[in-house]
Amino acid sequence: MAVNKIYPNAQAALTGLLRDDMVIMSGGFGLCGIPGSLIVAIRDSGVTGLTIISNNAGIDDVGLGVLLQSRQVRKMVSSYVGENATFAQQYLAGELEIEFNPQGTLAERIRAGGAGIPGFYTATGAGTQIAEGKETKEFDGRTYVLERGLRADLAVVHAWKADREGNLIYRKTARNFNPIMATAADEVVAEVEDLVDYGQIDPDHIITPGIFVNRIVPLETVDKRIEQRTVRKRY
Amino acid sequence: MPWTRDQMAARAARELRDGFYVNLGIGIPTLVANHILEGMSIQLHSENGMLGMGPFPFEGEEDPDLINAGKQTVTEVPTTSFFDSAASFAMVRGGHIDISILGALEVAENGDLANWMIPGKMVKGMGGAMDLVAGVKRVVVLMEHTAGGKPKLLKRCSLPLTGAGVVDMVITDLGVFEIGEAGLRLVDIAPDVTLEEIRSKTEAGFTVSAELKLAA
Repeated sequence: MAVNKIYPNAQAALTGLLRDDMVIMSGGFGLCGIPGSLIVAIRDSGVTGLTIISNNAGIDDVGLGVLLQSRQVRKMVSSYVGENATFAQQYLAGELEIEFNPQGTLAERIRAGGAGIPGFYTATGAGTQIAEGKETKEFDGRTYVLERGLRADLAVVHAWKADREGNLIYRKTARNFNPIMATAADEVVAEVEDLVDYGQIDPDHIITPGIFVNRIVPLETVDKRIEQRTVRKRY
Repeated sequence: MPWTRDQMAARAARELRDGFYVNLGIGIPTLVANHILEGMSIQLHSENGMLGMGPFPFEGEEDPDLINAGKQTVTEVPTTSFFDSAASFAMVRGGHIDISILGALEVAENGDLANWMIPGKMVKGMGGAMDLVAGVKRVVVLMEHTAGGKPKLLKRCSLPLTGAGVVDMVITDLGVFEIGEAGLRLVDIAPDVTLEEIRSKTEAGFTVSAELKLAA
């Protein structure tokens, strides 16, 4: 029916795609919807000098935190990195570069990059240090900042269900940056909780069409962490 | 008596209107959700990709795939929808969210807001704050009036800005200020707090609303 996109494990799915100094997009918000097994496989490959585009930087020993601990990351492009002590340590020691993007600007840069749009104007950050060195333009009396579309060599994403074509759906807030990153890289690898037969996902419900996905890894076990466990009392 | 954090949140909840789509920041703004009037239809937006956010789950019902922008476990409500981060910020930047209530380090009399970094200290990032203040229709700051005895309502912000001329209202433990073309205007005051106390703790210049009832 189609080319085989299914790989037996994360290591196999990344074979031939990794090299030093490459740019990688990694989905997730906090620890929610992160491609955890693919991140571990990137660590195990030993590639270094990575530029990682991801909203957050994980926590010390989970998610992207493992790549920071092993000093494989040269630069992060993120909107918020508050929960990671390793990050703070390496940044303050001058070993790690950070480019902060407002979260919506980061998302739109990725969306634009995936859609072949090299730049766009936004009001976000106008009059702040985010706009320094960037072109600005007035539209209808308001100042907008020119931001560039963003692409990567590789995107690693986490999805809930996939079929063998690579059509993906996501679960609840684990969707976040995953679908847009899947559009914005030369190679896209998706780890999925559940690989289903053709036709098992209603075409009306597909979020990421398979055209965006090159390789799929069905996960044997899914280890999901909660960063801030908050509950209410039963009355 | 200055307002407590809870009373500040209750005062902020009075700015909500039936049918509003609302984004609440981390800290005191989160408490605003506890003061939404019964019968009012309010949809809470969480910038990680959720509209229609319910309360924290009961113990044992936490779902790691269901969190808010503060990474806390939350629940669905009957109106809930999920979407990706670009769609989430299209709501924010496209002016679809009615009101954003968030904290601040400094606010200036021209509506400038600083709440994301202190030079020399570890910078955690702005998250979605710059998008929210640039795109949401109405921006309300909820903060303590002073920090370490120093005013936070200033003539000009000393810290790097989150947004320029973006704040519409400031609610502190001492009072409520509106920010418009004419600058800062005191429109509400906590019980038994005097104008003199507010003046002594505010660097920014402000006028006083004619409708305001002041303590003797």
